[in-house]
This record gives sequence, structure tokens and C-alpha cells, in this order.
Amino acid sequence: MTAPLDVSGSAAEAHPESVLAGAGKAIQGRSLTRIAWMRLRRDKVALAGGGVVVLLILVAIFSTPIIAAFGHPPLEFHQDQIDPATLLPKGSFGGMSAEYLLGVEPVNGRDIFSRIVAGAWISLLIGFLATVVSVIIGTVLGVIAGYFGGWVDQVIGRLMDVFLAFPLLVFAIALAGVIPDQGFGLEGNGLRIAMLIFIIGFFSWPSIGRIVRGQTLSLREREFVDAAKSLGARHGYIIFREVLPNLMAPILVYATLLIPTNILFEASLSFLGVGINPPTPTWGGMLSEAVRFYTLPHFVIFPGLAIFITVLAFNLFGDGLRDAFDPRAH
Amino acid sequence: MSENEPLLSVQNMEKHFPVTKGLFKRQVGAVKAVDGISFEVFKGETLGLVGESGCGKSTTGRLVTRLLEPTAGKIVFEGEDISHMSQGRLRPLRRDMQMIFQDPYSSLNPRHTVGAIVGAPFRIQGVKTENGVKKAVQDILELVGLSPEHYNRYPHEFSGGQRQRIGIARTLALKPKLIIADEPVSALDVSIQAQVVNLLEDLQKELDLTYVVIAHDLSVVRHISDRVAVMYLGKIVEIADRKRLYSAPMHPYTNALMSAVPVPDPKVRRDRERIRLKGDVPSPLNPPPACRFHTRCWKAQEICKKVEPPLAEMVGGHQVACHFPENAPEVPTAESAAKTG
Repeated sequence: MTAPLDVSGSAAEAHPESVLAGAGKAIQGRSLTRIAWMRLRRDKVALAGGGVVVLLILVAIFSTPIIAAFGHPPLEFHQDQIDPATLLPKGSFGGMSAEYLLGVEPVNGRDIFSRIVAGAWISLLIGFLATVVSVIIGTVLGVIAGYFGGWVDQVIGRLMDVFLAFPLLVFAIALAGVIPDQGFGLEGNGLRIAMLIFIIGFFSWPSIGRIVRGQTLSLREREFVDAAKSLGARHGYIIFREVLPNLMAPILVYATLLIPTNILFEASLSFLGVGINPPTPTWGGMLSEAVRFYTLPHFVIFPGLAIFITVLAFNLFGDGLRDAFDPRAH
Repeated sequence: MSENEPLLSVQNMEKHFPVTKGLFKRQVGAVKAVDGISFEVFKGETLGLVGESGCGKSTTGRLVTRLLEPTAGKIVFEGEDISHMSQGRLRPLRRDMQMIFQDPYSSLNPRHTVGAIVGAPFRIQGVKTENGVKKAVQDILELVGLSPEHYNRYPHEFSGGQRQRIGIARTLALKPKLIIADEPVSALDVSIQAQVVNLLEDLQKELDLTYVVIAHDLSVVRHISDRVAVMYLGKIVEIADRKRLYSAPMHPYTNALMSAVPVPDPKVRRDRERIRLKGDVPSPLNPPPACRFHTRCWKAQEICKKVEPPLAEMVGGHQVACHFPENAPEVPTAESAAKTG
């Protein structure tokens, strides 16, 4: 119970709030998204991560001209760089020179710089597109589960549990063995890339799905959803106009954090020899080959470093995004 | 529709929320949030609905606006039975019946501009406006004491009182006849409450609105209402004109509520007798039989535990559900009170 109100005064005079109104031209409000960007711009670590991410994307997109300018075709053998007696690179530090920036591979002498640049394209492509697949599946199922609740939520919830408990690596190894050479109008590694995108995306949607479901559950109880209902809004309107705009921030944040996980997963599969088939260069595949030559640190270090930097950059950027969009997360 | 016909009429409305248990959702009980209430709201008047938290007053509001479907009973709005009407058929009727929400922080979508929020009713209902939606929205913003320049701003840029004005603007967009206000000021600072209450009153005069105001604050209800209904545990225990109810409350529960209103004058406060109710409100899962108030009533007798007192008219539209009402013109015996039902 509050103190009794003095409501005798005239309401017309008692509008201190309307002072804020100001006079003259229309005021442009600052949306939550713009405020988040302003917050992000002050976060140096996240900006550095974002900068590296942008750089990596540029490298992946322009891999062909970069390789043409600074290296040799990634599949080209350079036996002249290899000592025929030991099958190791001739030069010091694994054959690093102005011509071979990061040295050459043992045995066949392929340019490591070119292979890492070419591998960036495959890693990022699979990392991004697999994330897109899981974001789409996760968002659709998460919103449906959270919004409609009841048995729909039960079914989707159990489905998520099944997917999360699934021995994905074992499944992927088994599946990789039976991927045909041709299919869906694709062949060879093109088909394998498509399959990897699908497999990784299809099995990592529950992490996004759970977050979206949880957020939808809490949004559904907010009064603005009731307000829309009491205005006669249909489910589609409420989902797309009221709920989804509030989900964009968490989806963006967790998608950014899912990309490095997917990149790592692709690298693991290629490392195990069930991802992309050689000779197409991938970071995981290069690591796998490098294991046999552990005496040559540069062969292990550079692809490993590429994976490390990429994953770290995405994670730093994703963490920064999360802090910017949801300052209360701490 | 004749003059005397109510705009809204609620008859024996019930809402029981099932309580389920186990894997197969066996129903083990029901929360009787609203358990058979009847009231009428006439055009142009304001009905206040008061009671403690958990007494079912908010559920009543959500039933009337059909955000919930009643378990039993009838809701008649403008002569049409809407109690089980589908959402599709309700849609056109929703223009005439709108709701003001309690929490101005949760009732506005943080991702939408004020223009989008107040313009939503036009979009959802497909209403065409003469000079475009923007002009219409800006007119309404002015009507509720905001500036038309606020059109492109976001809710988080406003104070609680201003946000509630935005909510009220959205409610008014389609020029409804009936507005259900669910605790319209309880989330606001005391200094802002008066402004919003006065705004609601001014709008009522200007736009010929009918209100059902749900509140737990007796001073707010007293200020704004023409008639007041008091709820206890899912039942209406007393309905009367505001003046009557506040000057001569009949139900012991109403008396207890009134005596809990803080009095600013310490002299008056010292002389006043305060009724302290014992114990808590019983659970609506398993409400006491017969008169629901008998567990806490100082006048309760045997009959209160056995016979439910009906909501009966005493004098001049003053209805009360009690075997032993206070301030009654002639104290009726328990038997005569039981007979009236």
C-alpha cells in the first residue's frame, strides 16, 4: 500500500515528463542494436578478434590472387626443394625463403603458405555454412518449441537430447566412409564439402535450439505478447514481429561462437582422414600429414597456428558481441 | 442495444487451472483462480476490482479480454456471448475491447519504436486511416500527453510514467468502448500515479470510455471508480457504489481492507480501530467450504462453514455475500440471509 495520493491537482499542469519532449524536429531514437554496436566499439579485445576474422574472410575470398602473388599453386610439387636422400626440405627452417614464405612440405615440396591460404577457404566455408544450417534448424525448432509449448515442446526437447547425446564423431567417421563419389550433382570433394556442411550443421543445431527455446519461453510470457494477442494478432505476427526481433541478438552471438566449434570439428574430421580427401588442402589434413614428421616443427606449427588463431579470433569476437548485446550476462 | 443494457456482463464465470502430475498428466486438482463470479459493467462507468494478490482479479481481466478461456460461465460483450468464441471470430470485436497492462517495462517490445508500437493496432486490425498511420499515431501520442516527436524513439528511452502513456496510447488507437486496466499504476512511482490516473479520467470524459480498473490500491480505486467490486479467493464478496462501499462497507473482509488503508493524520490514526486479519489467504487449490472467508473472519459462526452466503442485494444496489454483514440497515438473521439465495 502506498501513501494516499494527492490527486486533486490539475493533471494538465503536472506533466514534468513532457519537458523532455523538446521542440522542433523529429528525434531519432537509438535502438538497442545501435547501443550494442557502440558498446562493442569500446571493447578493444573484441575489435581485435573481429579484425582478425575480417582479415581471414578476406584471405579466404581472395585466396586465388593471394596465392598467385605470394606463392605457388597449392597442389604443385617442388621436388627441387627436397633433399632426395632424406626426403626433407633442403633449406633451413623447413625451406623457408622469400619464395616459399612458410617453407615446403617434406617429400613432395608443396608450398605450405599456399596450402594454408587455400585451406582457409574450406575451413571458413564449412564453418560458416554449417553454422547457417544449424541456426536455421535450431531457430525454427527452438521458436516452435518455446512458443507453442506442451507436447510440441516435449517432442522437440527429447529430439534435442537425442542429438546432443549422439556419438557424432563415430557417426561422422562411419558416414564419411560411405559418401559416394558422386551425388546431388556434385562430385569428389565438392560433394564431401556439402556433406560435411550438412552433417556438422545438422548435429550442432540443438545448442542454438536450446538457447532460442529458452529465450522464446521467457519472451512469450512478456506482456507485449499479451498486448499483441489482445489486439487480435495471429501466431505468425507474434512470432515474426514480436518474438524474433528479440532473438536476433542471442542468435547472432551464439552463431559467432558456434563457427569456431564447427571449424574445429571439420579440422578433426580431416585430421582423422574422414573429412576432405587429399590432395585438397585443409588445415586438419595438413596437421595429420605433419604428425609423421614431428622433427619438422614448421610443418605442424603453421596449420596448427592457423586453426588456433581462427578459433581464438572468433571466440574473442563472439564473447565481445555477447557482452555488447547482453551486458547483464556476467 | 437499449440504454440499460450492460456493455459487459459476466455470469458465473469460472476459471480453474488444472494441476497435473506424473508422466500422463493425470489431473490431481485445480487452482480455482476465479470461481463463479458475476458482474455487469454499464456504458460510461468505471468498475473497480480490488482484492489481495492471488485473489483472481488479474485472471478476471484476462478472461474478460479472452486472453484466457473460461472454464464455465458466460461473458457477454455488447450482447454477444464471447466466452468460447474462437480467436478468429474475436478479432473484429477486439477493436472495441482493449487492455492496459501492469508493467510498462514488459508491455512494450524493446525492439520496436514508439511509432511501431502505437501503430501496431492499425496494422494487426487492418484499419485504414485518413492521413496515414503515422499521423494517426502522432495524434494519439499528443492525446496521452506525449510529443509527436517521440515517434522514432525506443521504449528504453522513456521513464515508467511515459512508458505507461505509450501503452495507453496503443490501447486507445482503435477507439475502443471498453478498457480493462490491469493494475495500471501499481508499477509506477507514487508521484507519477496521480498523473496517469488523471489521464485515464480525462480520456474517459473525452472519448466516452468504459473502464474496468483492476487494482490492489484502495486509494486509486476510490479515486477512479463509480462502482467497486471486492474479490476474495476467486469470489466477489461485495459490490457497491464507491461512496457506499467506502462509507459503509458491509462485508467483514471489506472492513478489514478499509482499516488497512494508511491514514496520514496521526491523531485520526490513533483513534481508529484496525482490524488485523489472522493467518494467510487459504490456497485457491483447496479453498475453504461455504463462505471462503470464515477461516479468518472474527464474526464467523457454524453456518458460515456450512452454507455459502449468496451475493445478495442489501440496499440500493449494494450487494454483499455474507451471513452477518456489518453496517446493514436492519441486521438480518443468518436464516433470512440464507433464504435470499
